[in-house]
Amino acid sequence: MADAIPTTITLNGDPYAVDGDLRLVALLERLKMRQGRVAVEINREIIPRASYPAIMIKPGDNVEIINFVGGG
Amino acid sequence: MQETKNKDTSEIKDTFVLGGKSFKSRLIVGTGKYRDFAETRAAVEESGAEIVTVAVRRVNITDRGKENLLDYLDPKRYQILPNTAGCFTAEEAIRTCRLAREVGVGDLVKLEVIGDKQTLFPDVAATIEAARVLVKEGFKVMPYITDDPVTCLRLQEIGCVAVMPLAAPIGSGLGIRNPFNLAIIIEQAKVPVIVDAGVGTASDAAVAMELGCDGVLMNTAIAGAKDPIAMARAMKLAVEAGRLAYRAGRIERRLYATASSPLTGLIG
Repeated sequence: MADAIPTTITLNGDPYAVDGDLRLVALLERLKMRQGRVAVEINREIIPRASYPAIMIKPGDNVEIINFVGGG
Repeated sequence: MQETKNKDTSEIKDTFVLGGKSFKSRLIVGTGKYRDFAETRAAVEESGAEIVTVAVRRVNITDRGKENLLDYLDPKRYQILPNTAGCFTAEEAIRTCRLAREVGVGDLVKLEVIGDKQTLFPDVAATIEAARVLVKEGFKVMPYITDDPVTCLRLQEIGCVAVMPLAAPIGSGLGIRNPFNLAIIIEQAKVPVIVDAGVGTASDAAVAMELGCDGVLMNTAIAGAKDPIAMARAMKLAVEAGRLAYRAGRIERRLYATASSPLTGLIG
């Protein structure tokens, strides 16, 4: 895996290289995203939390991770 | 309004129901424009609000250690009300609500579809369109809308759990610009009416409540005050005072004086 070419995705609008582990849960862990704080969309499709473990990131995926910020 | 029939003015029994959930505080506060999350939390606490609005935005990827708003506002203690601020189409607003629900704080959403950048007035057609879809998907929709009675009726018919007419443009602090439209909306509504946007100071909030609104939603009036914590308390008291005055039933306005002291037994 160490020599593998990083998988390039678009993450929140910017290019992002995912090394090695392509599981969504691994990506969220690497980004220090906590359960109950974020929601994930891949290629405009919302990923229900229950299906996170089954989801693999693919090259060229458009991933959006959102959270709540201050607002009226 | 059914509340007027209730002669009991004790605060304890005076709750209102939003999407099947009962709330005691009639003040809903926003969480934007504060200096930091600590100030946000302090102001929210002081306001006594049980419902707080939040915005839905991309996570900051580069600053991963960044604190999260929900670390300061426990979703177990507060009803989190995600908004669709910044959305200019029904599609964007629907997408935002779907994402917000997936965070896992419930299905209550503040729907706002903005029609114009300068006034931030709602796009009525797009708001109705989005509300239809969201209600079908099981969302409990609270739409920010113009103070138009017919539009409010339509949103109610669609199945929104509340209607939230604006008092004045968002963040303007101009106060209750059209109390007569609000009075009509309140009289016709079978769902809670919450005045959303335009409140500038405590008396504005009291006026809204005296008209018979079920609640008031505000952000800038508190966050933008010189002392936001003190203003949060002022708003709490104003909403309570206005509500109590509404339920107590104000006197009729008269052109001429009526003496408060007896006119008999005057010292001759």
